[in-house]
Amino acid sequence: MSEKLTFALAGNPNSGKTTMFNALTGARQHVGNYPGVTVAKKEGLLRVDGRDVRVVDLPGTYSLTPYSQEELAARNFLINEKPHAVIDVLDANTLERSLYLAVQFLELGAPLILALNMMDEVRRRRMTIDTAKLSELMGVPVVETIARDGEGKEALIREAVAYTEANRGKTEPLRLSYGRDIDAALDEMEPLVKGSGLLASLVPARWVALKFLEGDPDIIAMSQRDKALAAALTSIADRVAAHVRRTENTHPESIIADHRYGYIAALLREGVVRKDTTAENLRLSDRVDKVVTNAFLGPLIMLAVLYGMFQLTFAVGEIPMGWLEAFFGWLGGVAEASIPEGLFQSLVVSGVIDGVGGVLGFVPLILVMFLCLSFLEDLGYMARLAYILDRVFKLFGLHGSSVMPFIVSGGIPGGCAVPGVMAARTLRSAPERLATILTAPFMSCGAKVPVYILLIGAFFPEAAGNAMFALTLGAWAMALLVARLLRGTVIKGAATPFLMELPPYRIPTLRGVLIHTWERGWQYIKKAGTIILAISVLLWAAMTFPSLPDDQAADFEARRGTIQAEMDAAAQAGAAEEALAAFEERLADLDNAQAEEALRNSLAGRVGTALEGLTSLAGYDWRTNIALVGGFAAKEVIVSTLGTAYSLGEVDPEETDSLSARLAADPAFGPWTAISLLVFTMLYAPCFVAVVAIAKESSWGWAVFSMIFNTALAFGAATLVYQVGTRL
Amino acid sequence: MEQTTGLRQLKVNCRARIRRITAQGELGRRIRDMGLVPDTEIQVIGKAPLRDPVAIRLRDFTLTLRNNEADHITVTVLECPDV
Repeated sequence: MSEKLTFALAGNPNSGKTTMFNALTGARQHVGNYPGVTVAKKEGLLRVDGRDVRVVDLPGTYSLTPYSQEELAARNFLINEKPHAVIDVLDANTLERSLYLAVQFLELGAPLILALNMMDEVRRRRMTIDTAKLSELMGVPVVETIARDGEGKEALIREAVAYTEANRGKTEPLRLSYGRDIDAALDEMEPLVKGSGLLASLVPARWVALKFLEGDPDIIAMSQRDKALAAALTSIADRVAAHVRRTENTHPESIIADHRYGYIAALLREGVVRKDTTAENLRLSDRVDKVVTNAFLGPLIMLAVLYGMFQLTFAVGEIPMGWLEAFFGWLGGVAEASIPEGLFQSLVVSGVIDGVGGVLGFVPLILVMFLCLSFLEDLGYMARLAYILDRVFKLFGLHGSSVMPFIVSGGIPGGCAVPGVMAARTLRSAPERLATILTAPFMSCGAKVPVYILLIGAFFPEAAGNAMFALTLGAWAMALLVARLLRGTVIKGAATPFLMELPPYRIPTLRGVLIHTWERGWQYIKKAGTIILAISVLLWAAMTFPSLPDDQAADFEARRGTIQAEMDAAAQAGAAEEALAAFEERLADLDNAQAEEALRNSLAGRVGTALEGLTSLAGYDWRTNIALVGGFAAKEVIVSTLGTAYSLGEVDPEETDSLSARLAADPAFGPWTAISLLVFTMLYAPCFVAVVAIAKESSWGWAVFSMIFNTALAFGAATLVYQVGTRL
Repeated sequence: MEQTTGLRQLKVNCRARIRRITAQGELGRRIRDMGLVPDTEIQVIGKAPLRDPVAIRLRDFTLTLRNNEADHITVTVLECPDV
């Protein structure tokens, strides 16, 4: 037989499940989404003894009564797709708690295999686990593994195949006793569910009854398909609930959980685990945490880590960024040389290569940033950050877990809001998640940084470092304040419980860090290749058409001809090289003046000019307006567009000295205009790619909201700054 | 001597046994899923710089929870080495 087998890899977060998945499948992975939810679904293929095996990495869960989208997705996969085996990866160090999930798999009747992971740590702690005994007591295969170095993975997968062949998809659900009251209710409910046939082909009838007693909203909603049954089950559940409240002052869910833990405790008491308690005093992780989460040192270490990361990102990221820029520069040159001059050349060079190249140029920076983040995350430091900052974030209606999305988005300058918005998935409750998603784009992403550098360089060159720092802090302050505002008005809702595991520090594996980095980086690259490409072309068109009227173009042509003629004459007369260079310069100036005039005449220029009436309140003229409109596509476009508008021709976002000088020399562009523009850039609508990400993670309604609300906020703040500032 | 108190009042390094959990609904479920059930022994091992959340050790792992979540948990103190 050669039927393809499907194995689900399940387990608690931090159990090493993903490491095991990577060890099993290597690079042969594929990331998709679970139907209807934004939960990533990873699967990989492998061949075992001539059989194809599909391994699906389920989201980490603590329980099968779903609490988050991830947990619901995991459960629905088990119920609807009925994998041939469920491999539960357990952190053997915390066997007792980890088995809580295993027991729930058994209640569901899933064909379960236990992978006792992190056995190296268990041995180091001088703890022994009698796996044979555990296997015998629980009636399922148990394999010892160390996922980090792949130990036990072959045994695990072979055991799973053998187990699948032996049970042929038939496993008996575990019938646990939950005490007299609950058992009696289950006995009464089970035949009713059987009689109705509700979910009959998918789950055991007793399990449906159990979930009813636990008050599982999903299963209760599903049972409404059979109204009579739902009414009968509800009445039994209510009766039991009233009874246990009267007699024991508790709830059925508590009793059920107590009995599950009781069952596990009884198992372990049979001599499965033996530990040398002298080694148990204070683990290394706890000792480290005494320092890392210390009231004084904790925040200092946090700032040092973030600052170090920022430095590293720019120091290391700069190098390949230079290579990429050189590459796109070369590509542009090649295109310019090989395509005849005209609209098509302009489209390819200015629209496609410059647009996409501008975005892809940031890839190295972002990859280095994500490398640091993945390292800190796998190390366990991110959980500490959430722990340290939760109290502050709670004040603003957010959650300790909002820290991560903020940092990825550019909480340390240089991130990107697209993966930042996606990183908000770890937040459990919808209101906090939404508030995080909507405020993360205020952070100083890698595309805003060149804009900041340009303006700071032009107006505050002596205080560049401080100005950048102030912008970074300003972004955090605005994100928190706006989150507070949103949570108090449009996104009200209860706070999510913080209850989180603080995983022990573990040195990350190189492979794990690389895979995580790539996953985040790829989200960014994919966007650059698709949406940014389309936007670049559109923007190019808006800035090119309609072209200059013929008479104006002819006028420029005539003036160019005059200069050319004078230059030719001078060359004939044997003029010095400097004199010829002066002619060249006048030609270039003329070209740039024509480009400025053409831009002003284009659709974008007309929009910019039309907006002048309004935006002059914040101190912007038509040039700045076009740049800001272009910034909707990607913030770094602001720099290149300002370059064209100030008739400098092409301006490299990295080499903004000449543009800085030109801006500083413009009498209409004062320091308060610069500050106003900095504020506006920080706050206004997320770039289009981030808007699409927001729409995917929440809804188009909220994405549109973020565009309008942020732009209004930015305009209000910038106007305030400009009006107050210029009157001082 | 048996001394019953709220988990929030417990000082760092104190060991205690859980007596009652009054949380219901989503929070109650989450508390149970993380292994906080009556009779479980816990030890407070630290508090965040702003004294909230608090980190506790139970069943061989470390759990963090906010003070207002700890308020749902009543414990009997077993031992407080520092007091």
